[in-house]
Amino acid sequence: MTDESVEAFRLRAREFIRANLKPLPRDESYSPLRNTRTTDEEELASVKRDREIQRMLFDAKLAGICFPTEYGGAGLTPAHQRAFNEEIAGYEYPSRFQAPTLSPCAGVLLDFGTEEQKQQHIPAILKGEELWMQFLSEPSGGSDVAGALTSAVREGDEWVLNGEKVWTTGAWFSDWGLCLARTNWDVPKHRGLTVFIFPIHQQGVTVSRIEMINGSQDFCQEFLDDLRVPDSDRIGEVDGGWTVGVRWMFHERMLMNSPLVTVPVGVGNRGALTSSIVDVAREVGRIDDPDAHDIIGEARTLELVKEKLQARIGEGMATGKMSDQAAAIGRLFGGTTGVRLYTLAFDLAGSTGVAWSDADGLARYCGEDFLMRQTGAIGGGTLEMARNVISERVLAMPREQALDRDVPFRDVPRGGAART
Amino acid sequence: MLLTLSSEQEALRSTTARFLDDRVPVNVLRGLRDDPAGFDPQYWAKGAELGWLALLVSEANGGGSVSGRPISDLCLIAYEFGARAAPGPLAASNAIAIALDATNSDAHHAVLEQVVAGGVIAAWCYSEPPPNDRIGVIEFEIVADGNELVLNGTKRPVESASAAQQLLVTGRTGTGLTQVLVPADSPGITITPLESADLTRRFATVRFDNVRVSLDAAVGAVGEADAQVERQVLAAITIGNAEAVGAMQRAFDMTRSWVADRYSFGRPLESYQAIKHRFADLLSWLEGAHGIADAAALALDTDSPETAELVSAAKAFIGDRGGELMHECVHLHGGIGVTFEHDLHLYLRRVTVNRAMFGTPKQHQRRVGEIAAHRKDEEIRGGGPA
Repeated sequence: MTDESVEAFRLRAREFIRANLKPLPRDESYSPLRNTRTTDEEELASVKRDREIQRMLFDAKLAGICFPTEYGGAGLTPAHQRAFNEEIAGYEYPSRFQAPTLSPCAGVLLDFGTEEQKQQHIPAILKGEELWMQFLSEPSGGSDVAGALTSAVREGDEWVLNGEKVWTTGAWFSDWGLCLARTNWDVPKHRGLTVFIFPIHQQGVTVSRIEMINGSQDFCQEFLDDLRVPDSDRIGEVDGGWTVGVRWMFHERMLMNSPLVTVPVGVGNRGALTSSIVDVAREVGRIDDPDAHDIIGEARTLELVKEKLQARIGEGMATGKMSDQAAAIGRLFGGTTGVRLYTLAFDLAGSTGVAWSDADGLARYCGEDFLMRQTGAIGGGTLEMARNVISERVLAMPREQALDRDVPFRDVPRGGAART
Repeated sequence: MLLTLSSEQEALRSTTARFLDDRVPVNVLRGLRDDPAGFDPQYWAKGAELGWLALLVSEANGGGSVSGRPISDLCLIAYEFGARAAPGPLAASNAIAIALDATNSDAHHAVLEQVVAGGVIAAWCYSEPPPNDRIGVIEFEIVADGNELVLNGTKRPVESASAAQQLLVTGRTGTGLTQVLVPADSPGITITPLESADLTRRFATVRFDNVRVSLDAAVGAVGEADAQVERQVLAAITIGNAEAVGAMQRAFDMTRSWVADRYSFGRPLESYQAIKHRFADLLSWLEGAHGIADAAALALDTDSPETAELVSAAKAFIGDRGGELMHECVHLHGGIGVTFEHDLHLYLRRVTVNRAMFGTPKQHQRRVGEIAAHRKDEEIRGGGPA
């Protein structure tokens, strides 16, 4: 299997996809946070279908294309994954298994898991049996990931976890969590962290749903109350969590280019949003309106620049002409561009964006998308974090004063509710 | 500018960079402020020896690229031009070289040979005064009359017209475009210099009153030059974009040094987060400008179906963000940034002039929108079920 050529693989994938998977309706294109107004029953049915598809892919040796064969993967190359991304475009695919299950979670397991941990979880993930969530962000701070307050205290062969995690997409229907917790409060913040894994649906874990501005309830918050985790479910060294965390963040940053996940061509990248904006223009009868051409032109220009910028940064990092920190330049441009594109789409939709019926096509989403506009400038680290990285790591400007550096974490000032 | 150059491309780039450093440092540019031509003919002829005008010309006519991607090669030179605000009608001259190279006329090839060698300056009478300065609008009349063509109308701004011996005139004959090559001293031609926003680039109004030339003067077929003119315009825009990116990079680098050197309230400007964050934004625009400019050049070189879209996207983005970047650099310099004494304005001028030539950012943005609006959805997505 591992010496299969890309073209042979492509034909095999194409044959399987066309015989077994349904073409996607056009609507389901680009906005992951969009409130699709599905009921929980419908969402659970979609989750079940994702698990089925993942299992079918596994049985067809099309799952985990770049995962090692000893853990159930296909042991192929990024070029094979890219071919798959092209072939699957326009068809249903197990979207809920990509991020964060296959990456960062499975990626972190591959990097730091013990042999037993990998044997237990990687094949189960590839078979569609385990959906994973990252228990990373906390209500006390989003971008300051290493400032985690969730505590883990050792009791014999077990750890007892207490704290709160947030922004876990779909934790209510998922199976396992990858969790960053504090195991040592007497050392500076990066040196007192440890990573654990645990089943989500058990004693000590309470999952609650978060309703967003647009009514979607995909995000969850979890309360850990005396959750007991065996030491055999620790990932990496005790107090070595930031070593794991750095790779974890790397997998997260790489997501759209990661060989570990399937990103159908057209999703999240090339021209997808402009394409939707053109559809909106057509729906509202403005496809020949010069004002609409101005809006579409700005959107398409920004998307083209974003695409060429990402390619340039990719080349720069691959050839060593740019540091890996240059990825933040793409993050910043992508974030500001996304914000602008949602605004442009909304202006094009006009009043249909704020008062709509089900018959209004894509235009009916534009107002709520606009309400949610800043999401892409916040999630995955705010744009201000990216600006700090660019100025300090790429342009070598002086670092911001850090009051938490070289200070025992318990002495680091904290605000708000966390003080109580 | 491309991140990865072949050794031949690097030689091409660095030779021009060294030559410009030597021949047109800023004190020389400042000295050319009141020079009627804006540059010394010797400088132009010497630069021509470095390949400035030969890259887009076929080997049969004495040209040739170094990488097989002539526009990308020329953009390396244009980038170094911009980074030094160097004098000379680089974009227009190369557009003319494309036009003359595409003909079968020995007479035109003879002129081309002199243009490529830098001994003859040719000016491109393309742009028309407002309101005809929108992209793609040519109203200037070239009428066929027996064995002659008759030119009537006004072209402006025409770069280096006063210094030129030859003029390439783009006009309309019925529903199609016609180009003719005429000596600049032909009867009926009046050239009136204009003031310029650039320190060394010179522009003029060129008026044609019943200028009669023989049919042999036509460069290509009469009334059928539309596609050829489009190629010239796309090339000229792309060369101008590369020049603007070079000027942006220079201004960015100067400003980066300045904020490290300058102290306020006992600390360097670069230590303030307000300043750092602005630099992050500027760098994202600058790298985006590099990326889109190079992608448009590559599209031209490979005859991509996306060429017109990419060139207009590059023109729109670099015109818009380039202007903002330059003024941010002025702002970050404080008061010194708006003085003539400081060099920053040399580069600001170059970006400013290129922004207004061959269509404004807004016009090109609309053009991108028209292309996207009328293309089938599947083509934009680049995939989907067959």
